[in-house]
Amino acid sequence: MVTTLRAALAALLMTSLAGSAAFAADPPPLKIGMITTLSTAGGYLGEDMRDGFILAMDEEHGKLGGVPIQLLVEDDGLKPASGKQIADKFRLQDKVDVFTGIIYSNVALAVVPGLVESGAFYVSPNSGPSQLAGAKCNKNFFVVSWQNDTPHEATGHYAQYLGLKKMVVVAPNYTTGKDAINGFKRTYHGQIAEEIYTALDQTDYSAELARIRAANADGIFYFLPGGLGINFLKQFTNAGLKKTMKVVLPEFSLESHVVSAVGNDAEELYGTAHWLADLPYPANKKFVEDYTRKYHRDPTPYASQGYDTAKLLASALRAVNGDVTKADAFRAALRKADFKSTRGAFKFGPNQYPIQDWYSMKVVRDPKTHKLTIRGVGKILRDTGDVYSSQCKM
Amino acid sequence: MNACTRILIYALVAVSLDLIVGYGGMVSFGHAAYFAAGGYTVAVLAQSGIDAAAIAWPLAILVSAALAAAVGALSLRTSGIFFIMITLAFAQMVFFALIAVKAWGGNDGFPLAPRNVLPGVDVRDPNVLYAVCLVLLVAFVVVSGQLVESRFGIVLRGARSSERRMLALGFPTFRYKLVAFVIAGAGAGLAGALWAEYARFVSPDMASWTRSGEFLVMVILGGIGTLAGAVYGAAVLLGLESLLSGFTEHWMLPLGVILLVIVLFAKRGLYGWLAGTGDG
Amino acid sequence: MSLALEQILNGLQFGVMIFLLAAGLTLVFGIMGVINLAHGSIYMLGAYVAASASSKGAPFVVAVAAGAAAAAFAGLAIELVVIRRLYLRDHLDQVLATFALILIANDGVSIAWGKTPLNMTMPPALAGAVSLGGLTYPTYRLVLIAAGLAVAAALYVLVARSRLGMLIRAGATHRETVAALGVDITRLNTIVFALGALLAGVAGALLAPILAVQVGMGEQILILTFVAIVVGGLGSIRGAFVGALLVGLVDTLGRAYIPVVLKPVARPEIADSLGGGLSAIAIYLLMAIVLVWKPRGLFAAGTR
Repeated sequence: MVTTLRAALAALLMTSLAGSAAFAADPPPLKIGMITTLSTAGGYLGEDMRDGFILAMDEEHGKLGGVPIQLLVEDDGLKPASGKQIADKFRLQDKVDVFTGIIYSNVALAVVPGLVESGAFYVSPNSGPSQLAGAKCNKNFFVVSWQNDTPHEATGHYAQYLGLKKMVVVAPNYTTGKDAINGFKRTYHGQIAEEIYTALDQTDYSAELARIRAANADGIFYFLPGGLGINFLKQFTNAGLKKTMKVVLPEFSLESHVVSAVGNDAEELYGTAHWLADLPYPANKKFVEDYTRKYHRDPTPYASQGYDTAKLLASALRAVNGDVTKADAFRAALRKADFKSTRGAFKFGPNQYPIQDWYSMKVVRDPKTHKLTIRGVGKILRDTGDVYSSQCKM
Repeated sequence: MNACTRILIYALVAVSLDLIVGYGGMVSFGHAAYFAAGGYTVAVLAQSGIDAAAIAWPLAILVSAALAAAVGALSLRTSGIFFIMITLAFAQMVFFALIAVKAWGGNDGFPLAPRNVLPGVDVRDPNVLYAVCLVLLVAFVVVSGQLVESRFGIVLRGARSSERRMLALGFPTFRYKLVAFVIAGAGAGLAGALWAEYARFVSPDMASWTRSGEFLVMVILGGIGTLAGAVYGAAVLLGLESLLSGFTEHWMLPLGVILLVIVLFAKRGLYGWLAGTGDG
Repeated sequence: MSLALEQILNGLQFGVMIFLLAAGLTLVFGIMGVINLAHGSIYMLGAYVAASASSKGAPFVVAVAAGAAAAAFAGLAIELVVIRRLYLRDHLDQVLATFALILIANDGVSIAWGKTPLNMTMPPALAGAVSLGGLTYPTYRLVLIAAGLAVAAALYVLVARSRLGMLIRAGATHRETVAALGVDITRLNTIVFALGALLAGVAGALLAPILAVQVGMGEQILILTFVAIVVGGLGSIRGAFVGALLVGLVDTLGRAYIPVVLKPVARPEIADSLGGGLSAIAIYLLMAIVLVWKPRGLFAAGTR
């Protein structure tokens, strides 16, 4: 019995100590809770997004829309459970009303529904799950980046445009991977020679590459996030397959970190994007210049999305003078999206996911620096939303 | 309160694991599979419209116990590192199976509708849920405590120190170990059910091998074979993670250093060190 | 049937990749009785240092040597500071300690080199393909097979024919006797651990040109390595070799043919997804089957 009493006491003591392990909060500035992925192999996405957000805050010396901001940032470690726990802590202990930051959809789906149901606002700088884009859309949930399927639909469009008649598609064997392939197939109407599903912890792709070679296709589309894609691309190039197949990718498989990680293997890659560093909008030029100067690295889509999220929040905060308890006014101001984004004019669809243009791009060698860079080629989709918005009845 | 509830739930898994690791000498590296089984049972039932906790929770325990029985029956033929690897292998199969089933959300996992209903007790209130978890944790610790001191427990502990001796004495050690393994699995399953209530979300990473590793770390950190130690281990590991990540994005480094220092200097885990016994 | 031949070669090459890691791990576990979860982190360090050296202009061989050296050095440090205190402790304490090391290594690497994965360029001489009777196979993968075989041969000579090897084998089964005979067991253990680390570093450096050099890359391959040494039998280099090849072949051929076999029998979406799932667990099924048949692995060595 003593053991049990000790255990119970230990439980109470430890848990209340541990549970109160949070920042003490100071009144005046508006708190924004940023839950994002900063560790694990995918940590650089969160890092870029956060740095882009902070860059926007720098322009107003730590304010957004004239409102001083206290940005609380914590790492979810790509674990839905941690994300939820951080969200609870921010909401209940730090009394945060405005949230952002999540990169990965599995974390978002664990965190967002609870938050928006409790009346908090969530503005997504990256994850745009389909589950929240249709019937389950919520008036407090905004997405600044894209709906998860659309980058793949854009790629399918581009593959079609490039005249690729027979393609191989590859993705990891999980829902997001299958969604990517479904998105691609929605717009690509050529022949799919092989549909290959890989494992999430796979490092060696020689077996799949042999199957791909045997398929005799003229193009390949793959969705392999982060390190998976880097592994695959290196091995794909090493197998000599780039000589006979065009590689057409969505932008997350083709941003500057990936290009630097694969070195010369990035040459001759085609892709689609909603944002490019060379988009000619003044807001974008300023963003790219300032980002490169401050952080000494090239901005990625994640950085631009973090920046745009901050700018969106700034525009809405200005409209309500920082008083987010005026929920309806704040929401209306968010919906208005009256800010100059890195993609030009910005607007939301009826489900509060973006309606935007999509571009095609290619990796080329810069003649002056001899570095491999991503160059925009043209616009392939105009004012495109997502396929789920019609199911949203807000 | 919410952070505390998470600790209580993980502590329950850790205590159940300590039962077989500390007392049975069976180091399972796949305990997360039963945690996930319990959670997913509740989630799937909720999806089909069954939201009575009185039905869902016992079913969760049953499903994880059944899974543990199946895995245990096959794995307990081995011992040592081989047992570790086999339990790991089975947990991996559960993990990949959960990812592959699209109806259950695949890798995204799936959310639950409003919390289950317990007769007379409103589990939707976070404070009530905390109390329920606390009660269940204490109850499980008490029952486990009784178990390890009972005849069953003595045979189990005897088998851990010398299986040959117990067999010579006529005890069917395999059966005893299997029963312990199933009870541990059931405990983890209950914790999984509570998790589904708390997080209102289940995902395949509940069964990942890194999750199993975390549970094992909690048990070792707290001191194996002490039951209460497992509670300490869970609280300290989760508390440290939460505390450190609030300060810096590079929280893994100090956490690793602290764990290393503890294992090098607190020879019988935190429990041993706090209880002041031995040379910890 | 050049596709089948290609897939078999792929399986062998993957198996050899795993062997480079398994060799070190089986030495440390089988002979020293220490569970080292941080083996994958040492492999990661080898890859990072090699990639870093290469990006600063070092030629390929120098970069690989740098990675191997860094790993060996790290292994030495870990043995002196951590492992040495844990020989007489429970295996589980070793699990906790090496788990803590994984946390430190992953964060340490991201602090030192940033969070973006690194690139290591393949030396142009090895980047082409070789014609093997109608089949075109990447040169670098053949280099990997050759390297793995060379390491296997060198290890065999070391363990079976050299004095050090004799001491290692003796120390594994009769620790006290060897110590009583005046051999410094502690130093022996340090050497074995450093040797295991060196092998892991070589593996990391050699694989860096075709893999993503990123945080956590060690854990991905660690599980496969454990499966390989369990299948092969602990403490046996021969076992590690056979086990690793088996794991490589089963995994590769599983991914190559299970989906193909399922396609005519099941609906397309199911065939692909089920096929993917089955091939992911193929190696665990392999391990389960081997352990049922031979509970101590195929070539169990010694008593540990």
